[in-house]
Amino acid sequence: MFRIVDKKELCEKIHRFRIEVPRLVEKAKAGQFVILRQHDRGERVPMSIGGLDKKNGLLTVVIQEVGKTSGSMNRMKTGDSFADVVGPLGMSSHVEKFGHCVCIGGGVGIPPIYPIAQALKEAGNQVTTIIGARSKSLLIYEEELTSASHRLLISTDDGSYGTHGFVTTVLQNLLDAGEKVDMVISIGPVPMMKAVVASTRLPKIKTFVSLNPIMVDGTGMCGACRVTVGGKTKFACVDGPDFDGHEVDFDEMTKRLKMYAKYEKIAYERFLHEGCRVADQIKQL
Amino acid sequence: MTDNEKNKPLEKKERMKIPRQKMPEQDAKERIRNFKEVPHGLTPELAMIEARRCLACPKPPCIGGCPVEVNIPEFIRLVTEGDFVAAARVIKRTNALPAICGRVCPQEEQCEKVCILTKKYNSVGIGNLERFVADFERERGEIEIPQLPPPTGKKVAIVGAGPAGLTVAADLAQMGHKVVIYEALHKAGGVLIYGIPEFRLPKAIVASEVDYLRKLGVEIYTSYVIGKLDTVDELFEQGFNAVFVGTGAGLPNFMQIDGENLNGIYSSNEFLTRSNLMAGYDFPNYDTPIFAGENVAVLGGGNTAMDSVRTSLRLGAMNAYIVYRRSRNEMPARKEEIHHAEQEGVQFMFLTNPIRYIGDDNGWVKGMECVKMELGEPDASGRRRPVEMKGSNFILPVDTVVVAVGNSSNPLIPQTTPGLKTNKWGNIEVDPKTQMTSRPGVFAGGDIVTGGATVILAAGAGKVAARAIHKYVMGIPFDEPAKEEAKVK
Repeated sequence: MFRIVDKKELCEKIHRFRIEVPRLVEKAKAGQFVILRQHDRGERVPMSIGGLDKKNGLLTVVIQEVGKTSGSMNRMKTGDSFADVVGPLGMSSHVEKFGHCVCIGGGVGIPPIYPIAQALKEAGNQVTTIIGARSKSLLIYEEELTSASHRLLISTDDGSYGTHGFVTTVLQNLLDAGEKVDMVISIGPVPMMKAVVASTRLPKIKTFVSLNPIMVDGTGMCGACRVTVGGKTKFACVDGPDFDGHEVDFDEMTKRLKMYAKYEKIAYERFLHEGCRVADQIKQL
Repeated sequence: MTDNEKNKPLEKKERMKIPRQKMPEQDAKERIRNFKEVPHGLTPELAMIEARRCLACPKPPCIGGCPVEVNIPEFIRLVTEGDFVAAARVIKRTNALPAICGRVCPQEEQCEKVCILTKKYNSVGIGNLERFVADFERERGEIEIPQLPPPTGKKVAIVGAGPAGLTVAADLAQMGHKVVIYEALHKAGGVLIYGIPEFRLPKAIVASEVDYLRKLGVEIYTSYVIGKLDTVDELFEQGFNAVFVGTGAGLPNFMQIDGENLNGIYSSNEFLTRSNLMAGYDFPNYDTPIFAGENVAVLGGGNTAMDSVRTSLRLGAMNAYIVYRRSRNEMPARKEEIHHAEQEGVQFMFLTNPIRYIGDDNGWVKGMECVKMELGEPDASGRRRPVEMKGSNFILPVDTVVVAVGNSSNPLIPQTTPGLKTNKWGNIEVDPKTQMTSRPGVFAGGDIVTGGATVILAAGAGKVAARAIHKYVMGIPFDEPAKEEAKVK
């Protein structure tokens, strides 16, 4: 069992967990991921590493409630335990001295950008980080990324904070201003990564994206996480999760992510309904 | 049969007159609606009749046909005497997994194939009897933990809790060594848990046989990925005297044809893992979903293909097809499995090969273009090579496809263990006499060495490895018989 040492709500429906897994934390590198399973009937779900506290053996993951499993996990409390935390899985991010690196995160793609930005900075790169959210209240990890980067730029869709627009608006502004960018890494929703890749295609900037497709075992066994990269089938769990963004077939990936939409809806509705029922029962007491 | 008749010694001729007893099983119409085990198992009555068919040959060929050298005539004799628990213990002296092997071993290719009765009469139902006595012992709660020798102070790490690893663990624990198993998935059992469906091997039985190992003092860590958390070298640094690698043939093969990443197309590993390990058939009581539509095509002709196609029926498929590029004669699946699939209404499309998938606008598979095949000259495998028949293309409407055309070796251990020799398929090379790899003290067995094979061959390799590991850690030269072996002889 893997104990939650600390849990915090970062914003609506997004929670940060610190979990005690010393050996995993000792071994893990930026860009790798873990698989969580909450309980005996639960799914195995891949989660990005959102921070590694090597001194205390604590792993940070940030979970956004989108369905039953993530909803149920986000109702766990400090002191509760996950049945399984497996990892570190996948290859670590490509970290070397590139020069000027731009790290771009959106939504729950922001936390995994944090250890990568740290590692790139430690490797002697100039690090600019761009993070974005729909609105100021939904922006997470500002503090962490301020310390992990030389420069932090922010965008909000509604203009409530930072640049009015998307992370790609900020990236485009940098490129238009003639800034030299040697490498981009982008983690976030598929449409965002696809848009980032579109901006860096013409200037031919090396761009990595970290993919989070549907997965079961996470060790290369099941083949659920296959993605087409450069016309070839790759397994995101062992060949990735980072890939050359200019080679990824995002449209195929978008469709594959919807494979279980119908089932996810059934499970989530039932979960929310049961939650209400429990709440009603408590009220009656 | 009255008590009197039971006790009457039978002449050889009389024994041969007894027909092979059929195992009662769930009716096909009923069973395709549930995941319960298909055969019910022999009753004590049937088992005793079946056991009396054994001729108790002075030089029994069946023992030689068993990769784990079970003393078959002795356990069968005990069954004729009605001492089922004693019979189970005879098996357990050499096979820690009898309830599993009694169910999933290809007995017709091993012990039963060489049974003296096979030619003229049907062989003795050795597998059915093994299953019966193992179930009897377990259900009566009479599982006995053998007395263990004093600890040797040696420690062995086992990577992978599948049939090979479990066998090595059981044998080494009974020689007095400390054994620690590391398993990447959250349950021990390997393919027995994720691959073989409940209706063929109930998971409770695997759990019980794994529990037996724990009672022998074996420590098991699940969700522990060797190669990521610890490397093989780090295991030695931590004080292990030897390491056994039994990580299986884990990587699914695909056919590399157009449209293979459409939704609804599964590898058999994913399909079976979702259904078995994650209990997807019980969604939403379990959280992992699985999709099997109305028209399901399973590609391949092995046991995994049969398991997948029969699973798809139980998940509600209206048409479940086996699409196989050779003919029935070349199918590698066990006859019993093919027979069960036929009874359940699986439709076999022989000499048929898919060449591309057709998707709808949402990225779901809706059809599979196939071509008919004919058999040409034999190929490297000795089977006649299938050749495409020009112009025979047709489209099979499908909404689910399960690709069961074999697996490759998991590369994680070879990639992270310097100096470990592998062959061109990525399988680890070993000395077949000892199962030792190119790295001294590192042994390997099961599918990671042979490529996809059977549970019992993996267990057999585990047995060979266990003896060699014992010698290795005790400093006995490999060519010298170990004490334990001497005792048995």
